[in-house]
Amino acid sequence: MSQEKIRVIVAKPGLDGHDRGAKVVARALRDAGMEVIYTGLRQTPEMIAEAALQEDVHAVGLSVLSGAHMALVPRIMELLKANGQENVGVFIGGIIPDEDVPRLREMGVAGVYGPGTRTDDIVQDIQAFAGQTS
Amino acid sequence: MTVDVQAVLAGNRLALSRLLSQVENDTLAGQHALVQLFPHGGKAALIGVTGAPGTGKSSLVNQIAYHFRHPEDGRPARRVAVVAVDPSSPFSGGAVLGDRIRMSALTGDEGVFIRSMASRGSLGGLARTTAGVVQAFDAAGFEVILIETVGAGQAEVDIARLAHTTLVVEAPGLGDDIQAIKAGILEIADILVVNKADRPGVEQTERALRNMLQLAHPGRRDFEGVTISGGGESEPIWLTPIQRTVATEGDGVPELLKLIDAHRAHLEETGDLARRERARLTVEVNLLVESSLVADWRAGISNGQYEEVLGMVFERRLSPRQAAEVLIHGEEAS
Repeated sequence: MSQEKIRVIVAKPGLDGHDRGAKVVARALRDAGMEVIYTGLRQTPEMIAEAALQEDVHAVGLSVLSGAHMALVPRIMELLKANGQENVGVFIGGIIPDEDVPRLREMGVAGVYGPGTRTDDIVQDIQAFAGQTS
Repeated sequence: MTVDVQAVLAGNRLALSRLLSQVENDTLAGQHALVQLFPHGGKAALIGVTGAPGTGKSSLVNQIAYHFRHPEDGRPARRVAVVAVDPSSPFSGGAVLGDRIRMSALTGDEGVFIRSMASRGSLGGLARTTAGVVQAFDAAGFEVILIETVGAGQAEVDIARLAHTTLVVEAPGLGDDIQAIKAGILEIADILVVNKADRPGVEQTERALRNMLQLAHPGRRDFEGVTISGGGESEPIWLTPIQRTVATEGDGVPELLKLIDAHRAHLEETGDLARRERARLTVEVNLLVESSLVADWRAGISNGQYEEVLGMVFERRLSPRQAAEVLIHGEEAS
């Protein structure tokens, strides 16, 4: 009997050490039946892309609170593409100024979530992206 | 979704990763690919790492893999795959797979491939499709495959029939010496590792394990009717060694690798390697026969019939055993 699960990496690129938000999201995705590969703090874009390749994920969730998203996110998307994984959804949570959101969307980021986002919304967006709505 | 078996054999990492998903999901494409890959396997050293939660299995796997990649004794580096299993939630079916957090020493190395797996309801410490994932890595040319089980207590012993060499990881302060003579996980150890050996209590832990080993009677071991070690009368017997490590620092890991290689040499010299392979393949065939028989039977019976018989059990008009007879043979055996 075949059973497919949505697989998601939750990672914190960059140097800030606050991972509570990432853990809350990881837990919510788990409770929605997803398999969450949690890679922890201080991940380089190369580490995240390598994990995405080895884990064959549907989506990558990035928590960025340091303000470095405009440097980190394009690099990660570039590496995913170089690995043949341009179909992997990239979702970003954290402190993202409003004016950056359209630019991130243009790059192909599938979702951007600021403080106060309901975890249900993130779950639904990832399910819709992976083509598995519950 | 098709699987490009040729690309997997040629070393394409994305093709391999997609194949692993097909195998994990037990799709027809995955099953078909494993059939094609089977003749290419059988070369890798399969090393199991098990033990209670918090004993430091992931950190130890990180260090073992790192030392296989950077050998101190001048031997060539070996290609290493890691299969790390963590539990699925029994309620949502979801999982948080966190073993990669401890494996950062392996990033950026093309000779390493780490794959996390959720146990998906399986109770023996591995997922039902872990054996298939291991087989895919083997065929793809990985020379060492490290299999990390879920944090195991006493009964999660499936790893012993999948791996050639099983490491059971203990840490100071986790139980008294009666725990050590109970059946189960300690019995399956080919090598016992006392990790976190810089912590207080390491002497007591090692002493309890050593006493346990002295009470044991090393000799022939059968696993589900198949002899897996000590089959020959005059063959040397493997005495389970104890190795102290501090996985976060790498202390004791080069010595542990020597023990792993020594165990491998022992398996080859005594013929136990072939015995373990036969035991593993026998179990695998039996499991597939069972699941395929069940699937065929289930396809031949309507949901209505099935529900009706179950209903009679709920009303206590049939016992579960009678119900099984009715469902399989169409009537109750007298």
